[in-house]
Amino acid sequence: MRMPSAEELKQATKSTCKRPMPSQNPEERVHHFTEVALGYTEEDALLEAARCLGCKTEECRQGCPVDIAIPDFIKKIKTGNYVGAALKIKETSSLPAICGRVCPQESQCEKYCVRGKKGEPVGIGRLERFVADYERAQGTVKVPEIAPANGIKVAIIGSGPAGLTCAGELAKMGYSVTIFEALHVAGGVLMYGIPEFRLPKDIVQADIGYVRQLGVDIQTNVVIGRTMKVDELMEQGYQAIFIGTGAGLPNFMGIPGENLNGVYSANEFLTRVNLMKGYRFPEYLTPIRIGKRVAILGAGNVAMDSARCAKRLGAEEVYIVYRRSEKEMPARAEEVEHAHEEGILFHLLTQPVEIKGDQENWVKELVCVKCELGEPDASGRRSPINIAGSEYSLPVETVVVAIGQSPNPLIQTTTQGLKTGRHGTIDANSDGQTSRIGIFAGGDIVTGAATVILAMGAGRKAAAAMDKYLKS
Amino acid sequence: MYQILKKQELIPDLMILFEVQAPLVAASCQAGQFVMLRKDEIGERIPLTIADFDRGHGTITVIFQVVGKSTQLMAKLNEGDYFLDFAGPLGQPSHIEKFGRVIMVGGGVGVAPIHPIAREMKLAGNEVISILGARSHDLLILENEMEKVSSEIIVTTDDGSYGRQGFVTEVLKELMTERGGIDLVVAIGPMVMMQAVCDVTKEVGIPTVVSLNPIMVDGTGMCGACRVEVGTDTKFACVDGPEFDGHKVNWTLARQRALMFTEEEKRAMFEHHNEGSGCRCGCHQQKN
Repeated sequence: MRMPSAEELKQATKSTCKRPMPSQNPEERVHHFTEVALGYTEEDALLEAARCLGCKTEECRQGCPVDIAIPDFIKKIKTGNYVGAALKIKETSSLPAICGRVCPQESQCEKYCVRGKKGEPVGIGRLERFVADYERAQGTVKVPEIAPANGIKVAIIGSGPAGLTCAGELAKMGYSVTIFEALHVAGGVLMYGIPEFRLPKDIVQADIGYVRQLGVDIQTNVVIGRTMKVDELMEQGYQAIFIGTGAGLPNFMGIPGENLNGVYSANEFLTRVNLMKGYRFPEYLTPIRIGKRVAILGAGNVAMDSARCAKRLGAEEVYIVYRRSEKEMPARAEEVEHAHEEGILFHLLTQPVEIKGDQENWVKELVCVKCELGEPDASGRRSPINIAGSEYSLPVETVVVAIGQSPNPLIQTTTQGLKTGRHGTIDANSDGQTSRIGIFAGGDIVTGAATVILAMGAGRKAAAAMDKYLKS
Repeated sequence: MYQILKKQELIPDLMILFEVQAPLVAASCQAGQFVMLRKDEIGERIPLTIADFDRGHGTITVIFQVVGKSTQLMAKLNEGDYFLDFAGPLGQPSHIEKFGRVIMVGGGVGVAPIHPIAREMKLAGNEVISILGARSHDLLILENEMEKVSSEIIVTTDDGSYGRQGFVTEVLKELMTERGGIDLVVAIGPMVMMQAVCDVTKEVGIPTVVSLNPIMVDGTGMCGACRVEVGTDTKFACVDGPEFDGHKVNWTLARQRALMFTEEEKRAMFEHHNEGSGCRCGCHQQKN
């Protein structure tokens, strides 16, 4: 391994640019599902860490939903103590290898980095990923100090980012923690939603293995609300419950033709591909069918993931169809850029109005209308207005509807006294306390569909509140 | 891991019964609900309606027909083997109350899910008349079990090899004209059969419940693969169903959607055959 010279390190401190992330080139990577970003080498990490000024004010920390001691861990990288850096992160985050990959750092920690005022901020996410991967590669994942067991049982419903974080924090405090997961594998959206090429599943399982090492018991195939109800858990002696069941219900557009063969919700499409490993069909038995031309409706991260999966499954042309302009797209800039690089075609300012099929009910074309942007709506984004007479037809064989997800209502409808919001979310205060004593909630089930790290932040806050509640 | 305590080949290599150790599911399941199971790491998640349950012993009975590669591999499991995953109960339970005279119509492997519903209907004080249909005598299942939970049972076979020759709908029509007073019909079987039953009962307005078994992935409301049109609404069979008002189901759409992965299933079977195992399963019959 090449190491940077003292002169190079000195030069690096003056650099206004982040060290680029080594990545597979687009022409190659669209043919398989291996990870796109290859990760920093030790040399990259040392040179990038050198750019951190180690500010006393620690501005970056205010952007981190789980309050990672960012300057401290970067300082440890500078001294070559990468395992120490990983441990520092794990004081407040149980899933560093995941966050280093999927956090929108540009709108969080890196947004506040002082270096960002003149040039690019320090690549905090890339450094986090480096130390997490380094520690894993050593094969000796260290567990921080765990408080003596206090014998108090707590239950966590859902093993996505919110549930895993909450479970990990409570386990460290000495609680006896059980996670109940409805699917056959733990990880939630990290397993079924985010594709392998962006977040390899063995990395997710390694981070979950770490949560298990903290003492957390994970029971899969238990659908709370059906297999057991929340109140039954309480009867079984769980003294506090955290609900982190996420936003698992797919939204559809409500346009004609959405039930034609060849129309998937993004959830179905991604679940087939990621969770069930449909991209390896027929070695894995869950099929996925893809046309030559695929339209993805929506422009969030889920839409970009769907588009890039479709390309890898062999679609010749993949379109993102979105009613606003590039500026309003909810996806991270980096994801959009990756999609562009991989040849995804963008039909912007375009509103899908109907999906037409052939006689046997298979998708044939997507009918669209061109839009222009009017006044900002409630979300602050300019609303699209259909342009009269601009209707046109896009021949496609597959349509993936990726316009968002809603909370799954199973828990709310089977638990008495749990107050819910207008969009089916569970009402909870900033500590995760719901309308029922002893029941907490956090993540997408409370906020509606958001990000992995916000869910983790909510899980962490709820763990602290649960601890306070259980000790009072 | 969920152990298979009992295996019975109701029809050798074609219709298989497994009694599976799943205490949590057995403790909470009700007639009409289904489970989602997976044989092993490479397996599909397969939805199967619960054919019976024993809360005391913590077991669930499932019955399935070999229709493709996944079910063919599953059929090879034996007593003592395990399912890697077995989740449930899923979906809404059957609506059970004292309706009066209830006709249960089960076709093919659809007799399996009809059985616990018939039992509950009888326990609720209904007169339960069961019509069982099969293509031929050797494809008829659960006749004795159905007799025990019915006030009366009538068997039809397409080829006349047993019971009455003809379709279940002919018997149903006779019951309607000769006895009348039918308060509810529950029909589970191939989609063509369920649709035919609904056509008969719709004319005279007899409420008819059907149980749909569309393609699913997760079975918990997450993927929406199981979309069915009921009246003017799109429903998810996994959480809103699996039972629906048969008179409102868009059968044309339901049948077409069942064919979504036919090409892929053929491909899986082809590669499976090339691995050297035979097939006598009538691969592309309806899943019910």
